[in-house]
Amino acid sequence: MSVVVFAVGNPSRGDDALGPLLIAELEARAPPGVHLVGDFQLQIEHALDLEGHALALFIDAGTGTPAPFEFRETTPHAGRPVSSHALPPEAVLQVYADIRGTPPPPAFVLCVRGEEFGLGESLSAAARHNLAAARNHLAACLACPDAAHWRSLRAPLAA
Amino acid sequence: MSFELETATNREGLRRVAIDPVSRVEGHGKVTLLLDDAGHVKEARLHIVEFRGFEKFIQGRPYWEVPVMVQRLCGICPVSHHLAAAKALDPVVGALAITPTAEKIRRLMHYGQILQSHALHFFHLSSPDLLFGFESPVQQRNIVGVAGAYPEVARQGVLLRKFGQEVIRITAGKRVHGTGAIPGGVNKSVSPAERDSLRQDVDQIIRWSRDAVHLARSLHEANRALYDEFGLFRSHLFSLVRADGAMDLYDGHLRLRDARGLIVRDGLQCQDYDRFIREEIKPWSYMKFPYVAELGPAKGWYKVGPLARVQNCDFIPSELAEAERDAFIAHGEGEPVHAPLAYHWARMIEMLHAAEVIRDLLDDPDILSDDRLAEGEQGREGVGIIEAPRGTLIHHYRVGDDDLVSYCNLIVSTTHNNQAMNEAVRQVARRYLDGRQLTEGLLNHIEVAIRAFDPCLSCATHALGKMPLAIELLDAGGQLLDRATRGG
Repeated sequence: MSVVVFAVGNPSRGDDALGPLLIAELEARAPPGVHLVGDFQLQIEHALDLEGHALALFIDAGTGTPAPFEFRETTPHAGRPVSSHALPPEAVLQVYADIRGTPPPPAFVLCVRGEEFGLGESLSAAARHNLAAARNHLAACLACPDAAHWRSLRAPLAA
Repeated sequence: MSFELETATNREGLRRVAIDPVSRVEGHGKVTLLLDDAGHVKEARLHIVEFRGFEKFIQGRPYWEVPVMVQRLCGICPVSHHLAAAKALDPVVGALAITPTAEKIRRLMHYGQILQSHALHFFHLSSPDLLFGFESPVQQRNIVGVAGAYPEVARQGVLLRKFGQEVIRITAGKRVHGTGAIPGGVNKSVSPAERDSLRQDVDQIIRWSRDAVHLARSLHEANRALYDEFGLFRSHLFSLVRADGAMDLYDGHLRLRDARGLIVRDGLQCQDYDRFIREEIKPWSYMKFPYVAELGPAKGWYKVGPLARVQNCDFIPSELAEAERDAFIAHGEGEPVHAPLAYHWARMIEMLHAAEVIRDLLDDPDILSDDRLAEGEQGREGVGIIEAPRGTLIHHYRVGDDDLVSYCNLIVSTTHNNQAMNEAVRQVARRYLDGRQLTEGLLNHIEVAIRAFDPCLSCATHALGKMPLAIELLDAGGQLLDRATRGG
């Protein structure tokens, strides 16, 4: 099954680097059929990266979100953007539905909690711990890229 | 220096409304309104968190790293920072003039950036307000609503942006964190195959861009009473122009027009910007307030960006965009158009111009050449100014004998527009909110005014879980009466 994995974040802003770090690791050992997309932020054209894939995963850092990470299924939703600077995964899925006229593939969010997002900071100790947990979860997901299996992995994990 | 409605005289007894981000993460704006018991607006301020610390972040780094590093400033306009830094550092490697190939590839990259950013702003961010109305049902006033009512508009918006991103990928090496521009030139030419892939689509892109101009214009002309008056204030216009007065978004000299449209300063050399511009600090805002030094802060503030550029130049050097500019100028009936909502119309004219420039550059054999780098006697200081999508962007560096950056000064587009955006917010607050029951639709008027400028919200951090916007209503005693959040 073909999977597209988006990872977003700014590697120069502390724990915002969680997404870029995970995708950098995946670049070295991603299983066949896994397509990787890294970027600062999600934008409308990322909807086009969903095309041709049966499953999608969005990886991002979170602030005030569950630790060590939250793993959930998500669906299209437009929301109301305040600026042109970033879209949530739900809006990207909605853009796909709008321009294709068909539902997007099943999609999940892996939101890894961060604590410090200052410019030039390195990863915080808490984020390093969360990264390790997220790395294991990601490996479990990609070992069996199937929406039903991923749904079974949604139970919260202990920190 | 304080402007009308900037600071209330008796702040303690006033009711406070905050349109406020709930996040520790840097990068969002906040509007505060102080109302008296009768609901009259006594104070209105727009606060935007600036690029705090970035100039310090750059100091001490090798100069050749800077064009790549500065892309971490912003996830929407990294290319603008990339190019402004490379331009500023050209003199440091002795490249007082770069090769034709380097300049044309940089221009291609820059106009790709203009196209993609303008498309994103208009189609995704602003079109819901413009197509459905500022007080239309919030459930409709989003890109889903646009897609439902205008599916082709939504589709074109995505494909226009994708084309711009593809121009950037080809010229910068990759879609994110490109390395194409380096001090002294570029490190990559365009291959014939890459050129041909862009050529395949560029005529369609021009047609769609022209349609977008007509859409923006028709919206404006269909409701002149609203579009011409909403948030209206008058100010100077400031931008780069080419030596012959043409629009040039990559290079040129600085020009200032007054609110009546008269050119009051022209031919200002970029390296002299710091003698021309001062920045005022106000205790209530992180962001500085630039002004023309010799005019002072009260009279010397100005606006930048598409609305300033389309009117500050004498002409646009591409046929279709110039025809559209003629119509825009005619709309002013002899006076400059100052209406903030006209930013959208001007922005689409620039998008059309960018598409035409890209087409012409693709036909230029210089972009295929390997003559990419210039060098000469090394310098120690440089200023790079370009017209980024949101307005004039200034990068200024000094480099020590150890090749490390010893000084960095950045004045970004949104900072130039600081006073202008505050004025628009105050005009809207006075006209639409004063003495009325506040509703989501009314508060959206404030956001509509801000969106017209497309402020850069010191982004490049965007973690999930934060709420980009919250609205809090407090009584005179500071008691929370109501609260709503949006986004996240």
